[in-house]
Amino acid sequence: MALSREQLAMRVAQELQDGYYVNLGIGIPTLVANYVPDNMDVMFQSENGLLGMGEFPQESQVDADLINAGKQTVTTVTGASIFDSAESFAMIRGGHVDLTVLGAFEVDTQGNIASYMIPGKLIKGMGGAMDLVAGADNIIVTMTHASKAGVSKLLNTCSLPLTGKGCIKKVLTDLALIEIKDGQFHLLERAPGVTVNEIKALTEGELVANGDIPEMQF
Amino acid sequence: MAGFNKVVTDYSEILYGLEDGMTVVAGGFGLCGIPQGLIDEIKRKGTRDLTVVSNNCGTTEHGLGVLLVNRQIKKMIASYVGENANFEAQMMSGELEVELTPQGTLAEKMRAGGAGIPAFFTATGYGTAVADGKEVREFNGRQYIMEESITGDFSIVKAWKADTFGNLVFRKTARNFNPLAAMAGKITVVEVEEIVQPGELDPDEIHTPGIYVNRVILGNSEKLIEQRTVATK
Repeated sequence: MALSREQLAMRVAQELQDGYYVNLGIGIPTLVANYVPDNMDVMFQSENGLLGMGEFPQESQVDADLINAGKQTVTTVTGASIFDSAESFAMIRGGHVDLTVLGAFEVDTQGNIASYMIPGKLIKGMGGAMDLVAGADNIIVTMTHASKAGVSKLLNTCSLPLTGKGCIKKVLTDLALIEIKDGQFHLLERAPGVTVNEIKALTEGELVANGDIPEMQF
Repeated sequence: MAGFNKVVTDYSEILYGLEDGMTVVAGGFGLCGIPQGLIDEIKRKGTRDLTVVSNNCGTTEHGLGVLLVNRQIKKMIASYVGENANFEAQMMSGELEVELTPQGTLAEKMRAGGAGIPAFFTATGYGTAVADGKEVREFNGRQYIMEESITGDFSIVKAWKADTFGNLVFRKTARNFNPLAAMAGKITVVEVEEIVQPGELDPDEIHTPGIYVNRVILGNSEKLIEQRTVATK
């Protein structure tokens, strides 16, 4: 079975470590905040200028001046700090954020990522994604492995305009956890019940699967 | 003698000197911390062919989006277009010139512009369309592109409190690009929720010193929420 959005978030959460500063992109990455292990302190950075983002507010706490990068109303946690956008990206570009999780349309075997526009169809803009992929060392891309029509999104070469070049090393899809190195996709884990051959069939770029590939544990 | 008193009481005077074809740098992130009163005044004045520098361009009804609908913007320098269908449509049709700029690069361009630094090198955008036509330089084995800074003829800023000398304090994440926009303008005008006397703000708590600010006006725009999201439990 392909992973649900919640399972994707749960698997990413397993990569968290106590004391991490983490930036979560819009969409599935945002859900990771719901699965921080109880025995762990993690602080979320929101690139509009907040370190220590808390949960969504109660109705009575809603504050138009306190939002996250997805423009949703949020709260702050104890020990949070607020700063301007240049300071926020100084943290990101300076490599101070421990883990970045973001979505993508495509990734390829060279570690390239495309996530901000589909020419002639969709222009979202890159927002902070280009800064995040260029500035962070520890990045997890979350995405669906293939389109609904079965067209792979893990490619030899990205077809869409790039968000970043050679910067992605880890990809979690609804089918697999994959490491990118030496110009190949390396299969690390399978979604429960999904076979290596099923994953291979939906991976355009060269996929290396050495030995017995474990299933993800939840 | 006005001395350091920057307070203007009439919106019709706050944008004195703004002309067609100028570059306007704006603070705000989405609809958070936007100088809506100043935007409305640009609309009322009908100033045209503007180049606007701002992270987003509001929605079709609010923020800078009202200037797009009114066809007053010739060029937008922004990082994010999503959630504004009009922006996307004008961009696709070629009616609006758009320079998509990574968010951190945009913030740094404003900061550097205000700080008298004409350009800087960043890894952001290397190997992407953002790097087209830009100088690439290697430092310590890594590739960086040269980005030129931005200054504006006018900057429009939203702050929480100001004293009459133009010292500013921002509130929560409404700070965002506002302090950077304040630095980047040849003329910086600020809309605030409260004006206090000099000395009432602790010098240690001031986010933007008044030296960057030319005019301050008391606004009364409603604060808007794009994605009102509340706890489910």
